[in-house]
Amino acid sequence: MSDPFVSRGFTGRAHDPGDKAGRIPPGQYLTDGFPVLSAGPTPQIGLDRWAFTIEGLVAAPITWSWEQFTALPSRDWTVDISCVTKWTKLDTAWHGVSLDDLLAAVEVDPRARFVTAHSYGGYTTNLPLTDVLNNQAFVAWQYDDAPLEPAHGGPARLVVPHLYFWKSAKWVRGLRLMAEDEPGFWESLGYHNRGDPWREERYSGD
Amino acid sequence: MPEPLTWQIATVTAIRAETPQVSSFTLALPAWRAHRAGQHYDVRLTAPDGYRAQRSYSIASPPSRRGEVDLTIERIADGEVSPYFHDVVEVGDRVEVRGPIGGYFVWEPVLGGPLLLIAGGSGVVPLMAMLRERAAADGAAPAVLLSSARTLEDVIYRDELAALAAADRGLRLIQTLTRAQPPGWTGYDRRIDRPMLAEALAAAGAPPLAYICGPTLLVEAAANGLVELGVSPAQVRTERFGPTS
Repeated sequence: MSDPFVSRGFTGRAHDPGDKAGRIPPGQYLTDGFPVLSAGPTPQIGLDRWAFTIEGLVAAPITWSWEQFTALPSRDWTVDISCVTKWTKLDTAWHGVSLDDLLAAVEVDPRARFVTAHSYGGYTTNLPLTDVLNNQAFVAWQYDDAPLEPAHGGPARLVVPHLYFWKSAKWVRGLRLMAEDEPGFWESLGYHNRGDPWREERYSGD
Repeated sequence: MPEPLTWQIATVTAIRAETPQVSSFTLALPAWRAHRAGQHYDVRLTAPDGYRAQRSYSIASPPSRRGEVDLTIERIADGEVSPYFHDVVEVGDRVEVRGPIGGYFVWEPVLGGPLLLIAGGSGVVPLMAMLRERAAADGAAPAVLLSSARTLEDVIYRDELAALAAADRGLRLIQTLTRAQPPGWTGYDRRIDRPMLAEALAAAGAPPLAYICGPTLLVEAAANGLVELGVSPAQVRTERFGPTS
């Protein structure tokens, strides 16, 4: 628009983010809290029956128990996260295993180009492999040096910090590798298929 | 690909105080689209220097009202967008919005019931859209609203809810006031807990469709409590309605 709309009497930021302004994607605001957003009840998963599986377009599926999974090579991650509901939280501290290391444990079929994360409780979200490789994504079981709380996705959640946080599936129990893209839960309900906060890919068609 | 949700400039045609901290704003929409009860709109404010702030607000009105929506907005003291609505916006002002948004926390009469609605504070807003839609529909499913507020004057839509329930034997209201209760109060006086959930479940009369909206702790307690009381997790839809500043 040549004559952009200005909201009468709106003077701008309520809180000056100072030198952090460049880390806040458009339309987002900084929060110090950690809001909880879920579509349904929080699943309660005992660690004795927790398992993580990689299946689909792989030479042979693999399943880890909790003990096996948390013994995989893991590290600390400090990342900024942005939720489509407009909050951004900087420097969140996690501990977990990269998807590179998880996928290295299976022989990925070269036809695989997409991955769907599946969660306890039935949630799904879809991602191109190009968005989860090269240390862009990890499965975390600790937040702020403590076991990840169920409300925040524990025992373990996927974290894909460069995309809106609905892509970071809580209560994750596995990955399915696929040749074709298949919309997940929110992606089937009007939200953007990829969800890049810096491009404000909130809803379908954005 | 569905039609993109484009920004449009709505006009504020009415402002109604619901409680000391909560008001409803009627927005006339040039590109109105029928919503489903439970959905929200995104609001975008633009400052002269180009800075933009966005927030989401639930629609309170039923989709049967064409051409406009009511957004009910709670004032968050240190917020950025809600104080603008409460302190600056007047009838006749223009506000940039897009929507309706949200495809899961929704109810429409075809989904049936009984409906078990559980609200904390301003979490009642999307549930009110469901009750208004239900009231406008014939042969509506039974419904129970279990809601929690701090004091009686903080109960949003209090008179309208009472009138709806008085005119409809299929609607049951269960209210708890957690901070202060007026003399003669016959409702509950504590946070939503298991006995309250059990009473609401019994009042629903059959396995319900549950919608829970409110602060995180309330939503977690109510959703987990319903599942422990035997409600299928697939029948429990939740939306955190934290203060949206």
